[in-house]
Amino acid sequence: MDVALARTPLYDWHVARNARMVDFAGWSMPVQYSSIVEEHKATRSAVGVFDISHMGRLRFDGEGAAKFLDRLLTRRVVGLGRGLIRYSLVTNEAGGILDDVLVYHQADVRNKPFHLLVVNASNRAKIVAWIERHLTDADGVTFRDQTVATAMIAVQGPQALNALQPLVDVRLGDMQYYTGQASQIAGHAGIVSRTGYTGEDGCELIVAAESAAAVVERLFAEGEAFGVRPAGLGARDTLRLEAAMPLYGHELSEAIDPFQAGLGFAVHLTDRDFIGSAALRELQERPNRVQRVGLELSSKRVPREHYPVLANGHAVGEITSGTFSPTLERPIAMAYVQPNAADVGVELAVDIRGRAEAARVVPLPFYKRLRI
Amino acid sequence: MNPDELLFAETHEWAKVVDEDGAKVATVGISAFAVEQLTDLVYMELPSVGTAVEAGREFGEVESVKAVSPLYSPVTGEIIAVNTSLPDSLETLNADPYNAGWIIKVKLTNESSLAKLLDYAAYQKQCAEEG
Repeated sequence: MDVALARTPLYDWHVARNARMVDFAGWSMPVQYSSIVEEHKATRSAVGVFDISHMGRLRFDGEGAAKFLDRLLTRRVVGLGRGLIRYSLVTNEAGGILDDVLVYHQADVRNKPFHLLVVNASNRAKIVAWIERHLTDADGVTFRDQTVATAMIAVQGPQALNALQPLVDVRLGDMQYYTGQASQIAGHAGIVSRTGYTGEDGCELIVAAESAAAVVERLFAEGEAFGVRPAGLGARDTLRLEAAMPLYGHELSEAIDPFQAGLGFAVHLTDRDFIGSAALRELQERPNRVQRVGLELSSKRVPREHYPVLANGHAVGEITSGTFSPTLERPIAMAYVQPNAADVGVELAVDIRGRAEAARVVPLPFYKRLRI
Repeated sequence: MNPDELLFAETHEWAKVVDEDGAKVATVGISAFAVEQLTDLVYMELPSVGTAVEAGREFGEVESVKAVSPLYSPVTGEIIAVNTSLPDSLETLNADPYNAGWIIKVKLTNESSLAKLLDYAAYQKQCAEEG
């Protein structure tokens, strides 16, 4: 028997737009509305709107919130300025990655500070359990899982700020990247952040679940002139892959540590301790471990997850994500390979269903937007 | 060709069988439903003329942005023609899956597998159930 899938507050909206709905981490989510390539290109050239309400939103109130999160995250949270957002990791004692997250330091309408953790849908139950395991009354923290009570919408693309500006009372152009602010959004209280998972400029919105449909309707009405299009998880995946952003369950797992994943920038080890920090200090110095690379292929056959990566006919690694890049019009992939096969320019091959196809190690990301 | 003149495999390939010089020849393609489900096709790998194919066995593959799907032969025989222009114009499969979008022609060596194929009405019912 199928287990009933969770529905986001925008479920009916997706169905009304003929979305193809799929099971993603227990949620019924739109994988595409028209075509992955069309939605991908709309996001690169205009605006794509994504329902990302399935992602976990965990709120921390109380005096001890920053200190508590500082113990759980690889990046410093104590001292994180109001309004700032940081990409961070949650690691276990061995330094393996439990999740990659965004941590927000926000103030509510009464100017009361709180922290918000946005976690992967697939890891939400695990991270909630991890938090509950480590949280004690002495921490002075009130923890609430607000995932179901809220909705989250990503508005991404070169025209995203223009399309969204009429809905909000903050000046989006004045906001720095990786900052967030409380705002009215189409008349509903929410949070606007300059964040995203596509490699484009844009924002993510958090509003109450019951406001989500009205916000999206208004966004499509105001944004029509800017080419606003709904985009599904299919395009979200090809966009993030071109931008070389790791995806938990593919590039990230408990068997991978942040340095192998190329995420050392998100690990602050100086003058602090957190869960996993002792192990990470050692791992940082340990050579000869597989590491994340980008591969480009000249054939049209697409490398998929788990396909072996070969050097001179011998396996040196494995594909973690692969697709046909709509922007570059060739197959691209991320893989973990032995360090002697990881240098940019190295010629490798991917075993695609029994046939070796030439591949080359290329710099990441595959796609970088022009910043004007 | 109209789809109601064709036979369909459960795996979404179609076949049109005609008599040619005393032999039975099947033209083979994939259904409009399959093309719509695949979407964003990027690559197709086809066999060469002279290859033996067997009903229910893979004869090629079609790659979309999201996934790769095998092409299964609905018939048993020997390939006598391949639509070699198709991999460079995959949009043909969207525009005209039952005519210009043909994939291979097979000279049948065994007709017994034809009985397992569905007519269009039965195939449409299957597609409706798959959603």
